[in-house]
Amino acid sequence: MPMLHRALAAFLVLALQAPPAAAQLTVQILRGMAEAVPIAVVPFDWKSDGAAHWDVAATVQADLERSGRFRPLARAQMLEFPHEAAAVDATDWRMLKVDYVVVGRLQQLSDARYEIRYELVQVATGERLLGATMPADRNALRLASHRVADAVYERILGVRGAFATRIAYVAVEGPADSRNYRLVVADADGANERLVFSSPEPIMSPAWSPDGRSLAYVSFHGGLPAIYVQTLRTGGQVRVSARSGINSAPAWSPDGSQLAVALSRRDGNVDLYLLSLATQDLRRLTDDPAIDTEPAWTPDGRALYFTSDRSGGPQVYRMGTGAGDRPRRITFEGSYNARPRVSPDGREIVVVTIDRGAYRIAAVDAERGTMRVLSGGRLDESPSFAPNGADVIYAAREGGRGVLAVVSIDGRIQQRLAASAGQVREPAWSPFLH
Amino acid sequence: MRWMLILLIAASSLGLAGCPNKIPKAGQGPEVVKPQEESATSGVGEGRVGDARDLPGAGTTATAAGGPAGVGAVIYFDFDSSEIRPEFASVVSAHARHLASFNTARVRLEGHTDERGSREYNIALGERRAQAVRRAMMLQGASDGQLTTVSYGEERPAAEGADEAAYEKNRRVEISYGR
Repeated sequence: MPMLHRALAAFLVLALQAPPAAAQLTVQILRGMAEAVPIAVVPFDWKSDGAAHWDVAATVQADLERSGRFRPLARAQMLEFPHEAAAVDATDWRMLKVDYVVVGRLQQLSDARYEIRYELVQVATGERLLGATMPADRNALRLASHRVADAVYERILGVRGAFATRIAYVAVEGPADSRNYRLVVADADGANERLVFSSPEPIMSPAWSPDGRSLAYVSFHGGLPAIYVQTLRTGGQVRVSARSGINSAPAWSPDGSQLAVALSRRDGNVDLYLLSLATQDLRRLTDDPAIDTEPAWTPDGRALYFTSDRSGGPQVYRMGTGAGDRPRRITFEGSYNARPRVSPDGREIVVVTIDRGAYRIAAVDAERGTMRVLSGGRLDESPSFAPNGADVIYAAREGGRGVLAVVSIDGRIQQRLAASAGQVREPAWSPFLH
Repeated sequence: MRWMLILLIAASSLGLAGCPNKIPKAGQGPEVVKPQEESATSGVGEGRVGDARDLPGAGTTATAAGGPAGVGAVIYFDFDSSEIRPEFASVVSAHARHLASFNTARVRLEGHTDERGSREYNIALGERRAQAVRRAMMLQGASDGQLTTVSYGEERPAAEGADEAAYEKNRRVEISYGR
């Protein structure tokens, strides 16, 4: 039912200018939880003396569990601890109702060099689905473990895993008169936090470069907003736009050569521009007395989605970047749709929408414009796609505190990202990292 | 009033159409690019003659720096609106007259929003509020060089809290004299 029904609902909303029906959300809830895949991640073998230098299996198990798509067996319930596929006894695991078993070993090759070997076995058939060896430095054992989880996730679900990726976000601490804003990058599971930039003035709008090496962001350092590009490895920071008025909402083109930005310049009219990073050439994209902001590129780099209130309230539009291209309105359900982000395959856009009086995250079909509400908070904002398109991270409030939350694109799986002290907001999920 | 604003907006966008969108090149690559300062600081004393203390009748400068006596310095707005409400028209006028009388006076207009909705849209909305006040002041005698705007969007609330009582205090433009 849903597709036809939703299309019809969208048409009715359009025709009657009525507020959106709550039907879509109800359909999502009625669908129920997906059956999580039962899996066992056996503690990895460790050949050298002493305790293992890293618990690969624990990291893999935590990743799979956190994704909501797997139900890992607790170690205490395991009957045996094989380290290679040939030693996996299908009968025992079948009894434990486990569909897949991950086994492997961690070996220290030299002082700082390690090797991880892992295999994935399907219990029903006894078939070895994966078997690989990967080298890892001492300080990259966590990352290597995330890559094992990525491989298992992809082999079983057919979707590339995004555990070995990172998130950028803004953390705010301190009372109103002495705030401290920090731009932070952490692993996708929230571990391994690293400070990128801090300031007593607001930091906003972090955006990953397509190669994952740099962040663009807005800082009010010095009292006026400017757009900066910072290289993560070196910390080198370049101010790329400090024009009169607002310097806002940077978005990297897929080829990394330019930023789409929202500027108001001297006339105070907020419009979209393209800023070439190599030449500093600035090209105006929109020229409308309304607000045009929050640009997001399509994966092919030929068009942008953005927020505009040219129809009276904020709605999402799409516009080609070629000369003479005209904006086309995309969202029609509800009085408020803003801050679009495009899925990696370009088929869906996530937005902030007003759903029954609350600000929530919704997914919009790029072709049909139909909308599904994904989140259930009161002040949800700043959605950002995982690079595999399976999940969306966003900012939410919990008891007045800013936290990060993740929802699967079908809305069925919800996660919270544990926030450290203070408020966290404006999460941006990195591209795949190599 | 609104009709005049529209005229003014039309006039300013006509003026802008003549501006080159290409900005001067600086440096050879992204790592050495020199940030572009279009005119972020122009109007704040830049190229202006003298200091208030050099002028005859320096006794009035305290007023010039502090704004009109007994007049509020915050304009409040409706949700998602940048229209100056009738009850604040006299506040805007008083500041505009003051700026017209004291051409050494400088004002920073800080636009703010409540926390609802997306942050970057709110930056744009705060800018539009500050610009609405700026235009209204210019129509009433203040000069462009006396006014600078900045938008903090929802980043600097005047009141904490997630209710309408806090929100209505946060949808504002603050008028601050100085520099």
